[in-house]
Order: sequence, then structure tokens, then C-alpha cells
Amino acid sequence: MYKKLERILPRVQKPARYVGGEYNAVMKDKRDVDIRFAFCFPDTYEIGMSNLGFRILYGVMNGMSGVWCERAFAPWTDMEEEMRRADIPLYALESGDPVRDFDIIGFSIGYEMAYTAMLNMLDLSGLPLHSEQRTALTPLVVAGGTAMYNAEPVADFIDLALIGEGEELLPEVIELYRRAKAEKWEKQRFLRAAAQIQGVYVPSLYTVSYHEDGTISAIVPQDGAPEKAVKRVVHDMDKSYYPIKTIVPSTEIVHDRVTLEVFRGCIRGCRFCQAGYVYRPVRCRSKDQLVRYGQEAIRDSGYQEMTLSSLSTSDYPELVGLCDGLQEFCEQHHVNLSLPSLRADNFSMELMQRLQRGRKAGLTFAPEAGTQRLRDAINKNVTEDDLTESLKTAFSGGWSAVKLYFMLGLPTETDEDVLGIAEMANHAVHTWREYASNKNRGVRITVSTSWFVPKPFTAFQWEPQITMEEYERRVKLLRQAITAKAVTYNWHDGDTSFLEAVLARGDRRLGRVLEAAFRRGAKLDAWSDCFDLRRWLDAFAACGLDPAFYANRARTRDEILPWSMISCHVSDAYLWRQRELAYQSITTPDCRTRCSGCGANVVEGGECWHG
Amino acid sequence: MAKLRLIFVKEGRAVYISHLDLLRTFQRVFIREGLVLRHSQGFHPHPVISFALPLSVGQASECEILDFEVTENVDCAALPDRLNRFMPEGIRAVSCAGPVRPVRDLSALRCQVELVYDNGVPEGAAGAVAALFAGESVVIQKRTKRKEMADVDIRPMLLSLKISEMQTSLCLEAEVSAQNPGLNPALLAAAVERYLPQYTPDFVRVRRLETLTADGRAFR
Repeated sequence: MYKKLERILPRVQKPARYVGGEYNAVMKDKRDVDIRFAFCFPDTYEIGMSNLGFRILYGVMNGMSGVWCERAFAPWTDMEEEMRRADIPLYALESGDPVRDFDIIGFSIGYEMAYTAMLNMLDLSGLPLHSEQRTALTPLVVAGGTAMYNAEPVADFIDLALIGEGEELLPEVIELYRRAKAEKWEKQRFLRAAAQIQGVYVPSLYTVSYHEDGTISAIVPQDGAPEKAVKRVVHDMDKSYYPIKTIVPSTEIVHDRVTLEVFRGCIRGCRFCQAGYVYRPVRCRSKDQLVRYGQEAIRDSGYQEMTLSSLSTSDYPELVGLCDGLQEFCEQHHVNLSLPSLRADNFSMELMQRLQRGRKAGLTFAPEAGTQRLRDAINKNVTEDDLTESLKTAFSGGWSAVKLYFMLGLPTETDEDVLGIAEMANHAVHTWREYASNKNRGVRITVSTSWFVPKPFTAFQWEPQITMEEYERRVKLLRQAITAKAVTYNWHDGDTSFLEAVLARGDRRLGRVLEAAFRRGAKLDAWSDCFDLRRWLDAFAACGLDPAFYANRARTRDEILPWSMISCHVSDAYLWRQRELAYQSITTPDCRTRCSGCGANVVEGGECWHG
Repeated sequence: MAKLRLIFVKEGRAVYISHLDLLRTFQRVFIREGLVLRHSQGFHPHPVISFALPLSVGQASECEILDFEVTENVDCAALPDRLNRFMPEGIRAVSCAGPVRPVRDLSALRCQVELVYDNGVPEGAAGAVAALFAGESVVIQKRTKRKEMADVDIRPMLLSLKISEMQTSLCLEAEVSAQNPGLNPALLAAAVERYLPQYTPDFVRVRRLETLTADGRAFR
């Protein structure tokens, strides 16, 4: 393999990402190994290696005796061309062995736009795309990650999906596979047995039938598969694996630093946010353990940057204590500690100021919507006063660049809400004029809007996405309303968000569309320079399906949603209640203030976490 | 406070690590080992380390030079082994010493350029290559810093050349000028491609073997 690789690597961009050999990459003797797991990330090395979940599971699997987990990433287009020309199949970085020779091929799928990259990686491996065409037990193709809460669009391609957190689930599946391999089970027998493990979803064991109008009439489990595949979660974060000793890439990646995961889940319950619902309940790591892990990870990696990660880091109950515990060590060792995903409140700002040494580059806030009414509707409990106070602190503390993130097309949005975004930006400029400590540098307010994509397992899972024309009209409306010179307006490309909306709530009939789009050249759709909506529209036309059916159609309460065989513990009744509250602009308090009975508390035996 | 020089090997998978990435890699290796380097003064202090002659991506070397400064006494003899516990695959420290000779005294490089022919070395290739470099000038086209193509005579920068023939490769062992101006040994292969297109190799492997002073002794 290396002889062939050596020939093509001088011709590709950034060859270091295709060879492995990094510090802490796990090498094992093949003679000591009976299960080889190819852990595939359907995006580039720089993106995949930045994913903490990927690193956790790599560590967990390599911690199992007899198991060797290796990595494979999607090659960039130049490398893919060279590989195909030189007849080099997709290979794992550690051993250089072809992925198709592994026992299990596992994909980590964070979001829908990675689907075609997964197909391309299977194809590059020289494997049939369809699960039913891979008749032998080996290689088994599995997939996990947040996108698998609706695995239907890839149901034809994967053998099974892992729902929820993989730390315990993946080892259980591997052990079952080990037994199946030793006892020479047929693939079907293995899949039937695997379906009995909580968290495993075997698409081929569910028969889906449709009404004439294209909606689903029934989902029927076969061969003893459960009515619902229920997600798995880690119960005690302090007992769960954290990758202190983790791969340090030899080439720069996107998040090139130590990432400390302070908690999972989120107490907020923003109604558009899939992560906020599916990662429930909130589970924290203790402060002392985090301080220790942070120090050990810095010492082992040699990184000089550390970040605290979670869905909403300001909600970590011991945040001040944690920062106290890390600050001295970080200063001594020239380590820069950063806190992303902070809320626009004063407490967070004070903390930022304390930790930020040197450059005060930019601050980002995500009010998400332009008026209080709409922010209440989506349950984003940030007030204009919160934001103003934060901006005052920021500007008087020397910051001069602020980014504000919003979504367009949220349910119930009116033109008034859109124009409210421009008003907030203008207001930010006024605040700067009044409070800036140094006006010489000027101010830069960047407003970014994305196009709202309704996702499964949210309060808005029944909602239509607004049409492309309407989205473009709202962008134009906002663009014309933003007049201040200090404000820059960026908006998200609509084509990607439209397709994301189609795939996010797609059913398994989309498998044919995925394949057709892939055959037409779609393979790195997460990258705007590789994405082309026309390929997809052609693919839909060729398959006789209408993308608007998936993106722009309102679902009724009694419709069987394609992901109905999956459970993330949060009940449909709760989500529907949240939807109705949204239409009345009534907020729901956060989980710490009051339990609103979403259903996730069954995980902890009726008692959710209280901080 | 002492200036030290580390000699290290870069080969195998590590040949694809770029200059800038290698700098970052070494900064981290020192931190893992717990060795405190002198940092630059200023708002964003960074460790003072530098490589003598940047190596092209894809080329291997047995004689890379890293200069750095430490703030406390260091056992130089033990340092390579200490650092090697923390290296990525393919990078290996071989020796460390100080005080150091100025980099401007590094005048030549001995290197090996392997012209690989998958179907065996063609008849007459060895003689033709020898004759090509025996001439007075060998002008090739090279991309300048302004991204234009310019003619460069590489012959004056080629100090000596030995050619040996293996079964599927011609091995050029060359001494080339290291700096002001220096010759990237890969350009020897480029010259073969330009003047002897019938002997264009299927692949070229380059490996630095030794750094030399003007009088031909090892530069350390």
C-alpha cells in the first residue's frame, strides 16, 4: 500500500493528513487482535480529528483487548482522484490496510450533509453500497452520531445504527460481533440478536408502508425487533472515559486544542434545537475531575490551548470554580483557556474578561431572533437587556468586534421579526458609541443569518421550512434594512439549508435519491465548493420524488413520522405541547428551575439532574 | 541560558509534515518532555526555535538541524532519548550539543536522489545522466518567488556527483550547495526530465545524508 501511496502523495494538497503516524496514534500487533474496527468519519481529516466524540470512541475501542480501532477520513477531491486512478482503495491510517478487509466499518455521522461522503467512502473501499448486497457478516457497516436519530435516508446502506451515546453501546455490539464471528453466525442472525441491545436500530428489521399521498401508513418491526429503538446514554460522566491521552495531529486541524467536555445535555430547551432535546438529561462532570483531566491532557499533548465544551457552558454549575482551578495552571504553562458557547449574560462576560489575556479579537452572541416575541416563541430566553448589558461590558472592556447570529424562517416569524434583527444591530452600534473604551479602532458588528431547518425530535419537527423564494425575500428585506456602515451582513447559502431540511426529516425512500445524487457526483456536500443543488434536483426527478414534500410540508399531529421507531426519551406529547406554547409565545423554564416533564427523567429513574 | 542544537532524522510517514507543522510539533514535544525553552519577549511569547535549512515536503533526512535555547542546565547526551519518547512516528533525535556553530557556516549538503524505474533502469541512462551533469551548465526552469518561470543554471551548485546503478533505480549521491544560493536536490531529477526525457524516472526519492562545512567536514 505504501509503495502506491508514496507515488501519489507528492501531488496532493496537505499530504500529512493521509498518512497517520501521529503522536498517540494507536498501533497494535495484528496477531494480538481478533476484531478490527475501521472508524470512518465522512468528512476531511481536519474536521474529523476535531470531533471529541470520535476521539472518545477511538480511545474506548482501543482500550478493549483484542480490538484495534483505526481511522479513515474522506479524502479531498484531489486525493480521491489520485486514489481512484492508482487503484488505491480507502485505507485505514494506522496500518494502511484496506477498510474493506476490516471486521466492522463504523461511520460517525454528525449531520445530514455527510451522507454522500459516507457513500463515497464505501464506494472507495470497493464495497457494495447496499446493505442487502453485502450478504456476509463481514464487513459489518454501522453508523452512529446525532444524524442517526433519523437514520431513514441511509437505511438501505447501513446494517445497523447506534442511537445515542456510544461509550457503552459500541463495546456491547463489538462483543456480540466477536461471538458471532467465532461461532460463524449468518449476518441475519447477528442483526436479529443485535436488535435486542438497547440503542441498536436495525433498519432492515422494520417494514415501512405508505399512504397514497406519500405519508407513512405503518412501521412494522420484524423478527422480534423492538417497537422502538431507545437511545443509550452515559449515566455517570465521572465514570465515563475521557481521552486524556489522545492523538495530536502533525498537521493543523480545525479545533487544534485540548477540549474538556464539562457536561452533556442542556437545561435550556430551545425549541428549534435537536441537540438540546436528544442529549437530555443534563449530566455534569465534577469540577475536580475536569481540572485534573485538563492538566493531564495539556501535559500529555503539549497543546497550549484549552477549551471548555458543552451545549451551553455558562450553565455549568461550578464554572467559576472550574476556571479558578484551571487558571493558575494555564498561566504558568502559557495555555490559553477559552470558553465558547456562552450566553449573553453579565456573569459570562465577567468570566470572559478575566480569562481573556492579550488579544480581544471577537465575541459572538446568538440571540437567534430579532424580537422578544419570537425569542419567547423559540424559548431562547435571552432578553434584549441581557444582550445590551453584555455588549456594554464587552465594549467598555476593549472588545470592538461582535458577531450576532440569527435564524430566518423560524415558525411564526413575521417581517417585524426580520426587521428586529436590523434594529438589534443598530442598537449594538449605539451601545458601542456610548460605552466603548477606545473609539479609535472603530467597531465591527457582523450579523449572520442562517435558514432555519426543522429537525426531528424538536418542537418544530412538524413545521414546514419556508420556501426558497420566501427565504430570499426575507434576506433581501433584512439586507435593505441594515444601513449602518459598521454592520456587515452575511447570510447562509440557501441551497444547502434546503437540502438539509429535506434529508433531516426524510424517509427511507430517499436512499434512492442519495444514491442517484452520489452517482451524479455528490460526495462532499458539507463543503460549499463541492455542493451543487442541481445534482440533487436531478436525482429527485429521476426517482420521482418531490423534495418539497419533505422540506416544505406541514405535518399533522397524527402523522407517522419516519423516525417513529426511534426514541430519545423525550415524548412526542411533550414536543407537541412545546410547539403549541411556541405559537402562543409562552416560554418554558429551564430544567434547573422546574422540571417540565419531557420524559428524559426515566434515564435517571424519575429524578433528573438538579444543579 | 544556553543555545543548543538538535540533530534529528525525518523519514517514513513524517516526510509529509510541512515546515510550519514541524515547528508546532517540536514545540509540543518540548512541552511534553517538560523542558522549558526560552520564549520570545512581547505580548504573545513563543519559544525561540528554528530549523537550519527547511526541508521540502516529501523528502527524508538523516541530518535535520533544530536550534533552540534552554533556560536551565540540560544533559545534552541524554536529551535525544528523552525527547524520542514524545515524537510522532518517523522523527527521531540522534544527538544534541552546544554551543553551536553559526548556520552561515553550513555550506553544503550531501544527499541521495534516487531515480526509480519500475521496469528496470533503461540502457544507457547512467551514462547519459553522468554526461549531463559533467557539462559546464545545466539550465532548468524554476518557479520564482513571484510565481514566474525563470531559467536557472544548477550546475555551479552541484559540487560533486556519484552515480550507482541498482536494479530498478539510479542512485545519485550528490553534494550540493546548501545556501546563498542553495540547490534543492530534487532539481537534479528535474534536469534529467528536461534534457533526457527518454530517461524520465517513474518516481524520485530524495534523502539528505549530511550537512557539510566549506572544507567538507560534517557541520554540527
